[in-house]
Amino acid sequence: MKHRTLGFAYLALSTAALLAGTTLSLLMRLHLAWPDWPLPLHGPILPEEYLGLVTLHGTLMLFFVLTIAPLWGFGSLILPAQIGSRRMAFPKLNSAAFWLLTASLLIVCASPFVPGGTAISGWTAYPPLSAVASAGPGQGLGMDLWLASIALFSLATCMAAVNMLTTIVCLRCDGMAWHRLPLTVWGWFTASLLSLPSFAVLLAALVLLFCDRHLHTGFFLPATLVVNGIVTHSPADGSPLLWLHLFWFFGHPEVYIAVLPGMGLVSMVLANFARRRVFAYRLMIAVMVLIGGIGILVWGHHMFVAGLSPFAGSAFAISSMAIAVPASAEVLSWIATVWGSRARLTTSMLFALGFVSLFITGGLTGPILAQPILDQYLHNTFFVVAHFHLIMAMAGVFGLYLATYYWFPLIASRTLNERLGKIHFWLTIFFAYSTFLPMHITGLAGEPRHYAQLTGIIGPSGTLLSSTMPLQRHITVSALCLALAQIPFFINLWITLRSPATSASNPWDATTMEWAPNAFSEDPAAPEPTTHVAPCEYSLDGETFHPQWQPVTQPNQPE
Amino acid sequence: MTHFFQSHGFLVASIWPLPTDAAAHGPALDAQLLLNLWIGLALLALAHILVIVGLAKRRTHTPPRRQALIEFLPLAALAILFAFLATRAEALWETARYTGPSRSALQVEVVGMQFAWYFRYPGPDATFGVAKPELVAPGEGNPVGIDPTDPHSADDFVSSQLVLPAGREVDLRLHSQDVIHGFSVPQMRLKQNAVPGQDIHIHFTPTIPGDYAILCTQLCGLGHYRMTATLRVLPEAAFEVWLTQHSKSGAR
Repeated sequence: MKHRTLGFAYLALSTAALLAGTTLSLLMRLHLAWPDWPLPLHGPILPEEYLGLVTLHGTLMLFFVLTIAPLWGFGSLILPAQIGSRRMAFPKLNSAAFWLLTASLLIVCASPFVPGGTAISGWTAYPPLSAVASAGPGQGLGMDLWLASIALFSLATCMAAVNMLTTIVCLRCDGMAWHRLPLTVWGWFTASLLSLPSFAVLLAALVLLFCDRHLHTGFFLPATLVVNGIVTHSPADGSPLLWLHLFWFFGHPEVYIAVLPGMGLVSMVLANFARRRVFAYRLMIAVMVLIGGIGILVWGHHMFVAGLSPFAGSAFAISSMAIAVPASAEVLSWIATVWGSRARLTTSMLFALGFVSLFITGGLTGPILAQPILDQYLHNTFFVVAHFHLIMAMAGVFGLYLATYYWFPLIASRTLNERLGKIHFWLTIFFAYSTFLPMHITGLAGEPRHYAQLTGIIGPSGTLLSSTMPLQRHITVSALCLALAQIPFFINLWITLRSPATSASNPWDATTMEWAPNAFSEDPAAPEPTTHVAPCEYSLDGETFHPQWQPVTQPNQPE
Repeated sequence: MTHFFQSHGFLVASIWPLPTDAAAHGPALDAQLLLNLWIGLALLALAHILVIVGLAKRRTHTPPRRQALIEFLPLAALAILFAFLATRAEALWETARYTGPSRSALQVEVVGMQFAWYFRYPGPDATFGVAKPELVAPGEGNPVGIDPTDPHSADDFVSSQLVLPAGREVDLRLHSQDVIHGFSVPQMRLKQNAVPGQDIHIHFTPTIPGDYAILCTQLCGLGHYRMTATLRVLPEAAFEVWLTQHSKSGAR
């Protein structure tokens, strides 16, 4: 398949996962707020079913939406044109990665229908819960399917990453020097670079867990366990903490993989509509790579209360706090780029600003969770859920919408309706905040994650848990509205795709290579693209601009 | 600033719905948390104001020359702020975790299993008897697997409620029989996972008598949500009475 077709195919995969993942989250929310509500055609949601929803929601969203869509979806669609290449380095590897991901998605979607149902151990799959089949329903065949699915996913990701890295390193056109690469490319580059070691380690961990389950090894199992009244012995005196180390060595970079492409795109889109250069452009390149680099060294902050040495906690606290500095540098650059620019507030620009807002709001709770003494209270509460849903999930999804609205003229030769787009934006950001801000409050009040039910529990624990119920209902209603707020987007897609192709070739006065007239030409006789200047060469008053593909002698006039 | 937060704790805390704080280390932890929350809220407001003002402002035609001033000065200020918060947090963490409990601390073993917590007291000999996985039998009143042939076991007793005296340090030994559980007492500002194959110690001092929530905060299976228990903090004298009663019945 051509890389453009593959890009669409990746996005289709993510869209399917996004629709399923969203539905699952709404079922979770409905059950939490109204625990007796029977799901039509099913009946009340049982605790193990709730945990199945948790596991599938996390797996679908993190792997199949936030990894595939920004990185492999838009990466395959846009990246080659953005670096002035008509192809990707390894098209067959990219195709193979897509088919593996399709198989992976099918396997994980089949898991609820096997005996015992889907795995209930969450997307982090901590052993021994994930290692011993008798530890819960879904921990037998359902867990094996989850392992198989994520193993295929890891393999596919490594393949796609090799393709993307090689493309960026080897296929840049004449003149596309490293310091002229749009920050979007730097985002894809850093994310691909991170995904190689992290998914390779995850794959290894999955294989070890498979061995523990079926080949009587004991990598993650201590010498004796008493599960369900049955004593099991492991030949080696292993430790579940080894899994936590390996998993979070993957898991933390994974959240940067999800959000780095969006960060790069936001920088470029803000500069585009502010009609000026990205503020501190070269520093931003360094900062992105630095975020990726430090991102590999912070996994221990997921394990402050897991049983590590307290000294390790102190060390991981410092590396985790340190990452706030490059992240702040990004935000400062975004603020300085739009400052006094009288930027055009198109829908894409609004989604870019929405991303900035969510990144700030979600990011500011990061340093709080990086302090082990505070984690001793906040760990695994809804405060954490609020944190990562704002900075990773919501910012990630805003990045995807931003990419869709911004690149739609290239993707579909049409521009999405601005009026519907703005309605979509304002409803989405309002209900995103209305859903996730109150989770900070329930988390501070002590609500733990993964609780299938907050009512009907006796004693002081029951009092503490049920005290959050009024807010639970508010959050659920907001989440439903957040889902409904996506209807204008789908109407917009429907209306726009039915209208005749009209778009001007460069409606946003963009400067990067993918907007060059022949960037997506399939004609082998078309002239090879050449890059002449750095991106975002706008004049000081913003009246004129110089696209990257234009030779230096003739400045372009805006339409 | 610490002083301000501690002396005006109630006023400042009122918009943040933290539950009762009944542990000796709690007020300092709360002060650090509230300081962080207020700083976060202020930075949140500041950043949004800057974005909105920046968008509303008339277009400036001069290039932003003083990159150092715009980028590095705020960055340096933020870095100092983060370093300040990290230093304070590390100091609190060091106090809480770097050293073990005092030798006079009350010892209790916390055992987690799907889906219950059990609390074993060592009795007058102050020594836990040997526990064996093969002997675990919750239905027969031996959920921890105490080996009756060990002389130290004779006075051990197991409770489904964690009962502690106010004002005395306690040394908890966390242990799990099956999967990872999270031992969490929100009102004691305490959380530590119990990991199978490992004994993990954690120490703290409850200060205010009362009944408090004990939750499991690490996903442990289908009954995770109902793996709760009660911590009852009693005045010293009442605790002694409770201890005597249970030691007798346990040693029976």
